[in-house]
Amino acid sequence: MKIPIADHVSEIPKSGIRDFFEIVQSMTDVISLGIGEPDFVTPWHIREAAIYSLEKGRTGYTSNLGLPRLRRAISDAVFRATGVRYEAASEILVSVGVSEAIDTALRAILNPGDEVLYHEPCYVSYNPSVKLAYGVARAIPTRVEDEFALRADALEAAIGPRTKAVMLNFPTNPTGATLDREQAEAIADVCIRRNLVVLADEIYSDLTYDDRRHFSILSVPGMRERTVYLHGLSKAYAMTGFRIGYACGPREVIDAMMKIHQYSILCAPIVSQDAAVEALERGEPAMLRMRREYELRRNYVVSALNEMGLDCFTPRGAFYVFPKISSTGLTSQEFSMRLLREKRVAVVPGTAFGPSGEGHVRCSYATGLDQIKVAMERIAEFVSEVRAEQARSAA
Amino acid sequence: MDALLDLLKHNPLMPREDLAKLLGLTVDEVNDRIAQLERDGVIIGYQTVINRDRWNPDVVTAVIEVKITPERDGGFDRIASRIAKFEEVQSCYLMSGGYDLLVLIEADNLRQIASFVAEKLSTIDAVVSTATRFRLKTYKENGAFHDLDSAPERLSVSP
Repeated sequence: MKIPIADHVSEIPKSGIRDFFEIVQSMTDVISLGIGEPDFVTPWHIREAAIYSLEKGRTGYTSNLGLPRLRRAISDAVFRATGVRYEAASEILVSVGVSEAIDTALRAILNPGDEVLYHEPCYVSYNPSVKLAYGVARAIPTRVEDEFALRADALEAAIGPRTKAVMLNFPTNPTGATLDREQAEAIADVCIRRNLVVLADEIYSDLTYDDRRHFSILSVPGMRERTVYLHGLSKAYAMTGFRIGYACGPREVIDAMMKIHQYSILCAPIVSQDAAVEALERGEPAMLRMRREYELRRNYVVSALNEMGLDCFTPRGAFYVFPKISSTGLTSQEFSMRLLREKRVAVVPGTAFGPSGEGHVRCSYATGLDQIKVAMERIAEFVSEVRAEQARSAA
Repeated sequence: MDALLDLLKHNPLMPREDLAKLLGLTVDEVNDRIAQLERDGVIIGYQTVINRDRWNPDVVTAVIEVKITPERDGGFDRIASRIAKFEEVQSCYLMSGGYDLLVLIEADNLRQIASFVAEKLSTIDAVVSTATRFRLKTYKENGAFHDLDSAPERLSVSP
């Protein structure tokens, strides 16, 4: 017999990034700007804390919610970043990366058929995660003219009778978009008036540039009671493989998430939790050094792309740029595929992050400067060859 | 300015065009700032970090802990600068703790170091005692590792 697959799982398409990954894997000498994780290795003092944890024989389960010491460190970190205090004992859940926390939060709050809004282009998991939780996912396209920020009026217009929640990811993967205080307040106003739950995925919130610190929607009065705040250690502390994320929220939500988490995951790995304690308590200087390095590379990439005639606004967060490539006459998919085949540079087609990513590609600058320089030279060559082709076929 | 200094510290040979792109400045602005840092004496030199195990491994490096009697006028400074002027001396620091000056010296062989200590350093009036220790192996120098770990693998495309 053939094992039947559940309908709602069969309906989810394979990730567009996956196919691309397979092709890149089969090639040599590829410079990849397609990587969604830091190129830095986890700072040594954090790795050393993980080694020490193993040496001490810390190899068992922890409390389902996570180590109390880690939850206290998270409570302090969130308070410093947002001015909102969460009870370490009952309002914080340590998860296996933010991905697990998003999934758990959606499963905790959605009844079948409930609608969840999200801004697009966005992280690849949002739409399928909602569907896997039996929800209805609805994208709100954002525009390059707004530097891909979500407009409060667009949010309000998208709200329907079954809309329960909105997912926000600022700074945004893949666009690097950010919200300033005014924009966040306007969105908060809509959420409060229309009674929406907010899932605020702020995984990139430590990585903002130009001396502008991230303003969290959680900081707006009235938002604490309706927000599930999601963050983790992966990006800012270069700890993707440790798989530590967390969710903060009102007690009843964390209680509900905890029921799912304890039966599906039990707890996040203890060694990773010990490493996360070290990162939050003593990791800031190393994090700031990495952030500065990202900022310098961002400057380089933005200026190189604009020089070659690919319009690219200067993103103020995350480690991606999202240049417009439609002036080459190619689609995102064609551009990325030809660039890979002809110049051996991997970027991710904007459409991998939703249909509104058409006309753009995502370039990650979480890659060493030497590599970035060569990649930018190759892209410039590619663009001028494509333009010459265009001119010939027009003539 | 901090970012510029950091970049130069790690790689003074980085092309000025690259510095400009990284810092969001024009090449002229970068040149002006570097010239200013040099004029102000903030940047006092550019050096190459050499892996001694790969090039001229017989060179001998020693650190010497020196106790001195400070002078009534000028304290440690005059003696320290007198010691620092010897060509063999690579670095010279005033230290807190059990001794006063830490002197790093480099020479072609052991005999040269012995003669520097015996004939030059110890004969200075203010020098009370010296303790010389030799380098056996270098693991890290000026922030650079001598044996590089290979870069860990990452997925080539990830969301």
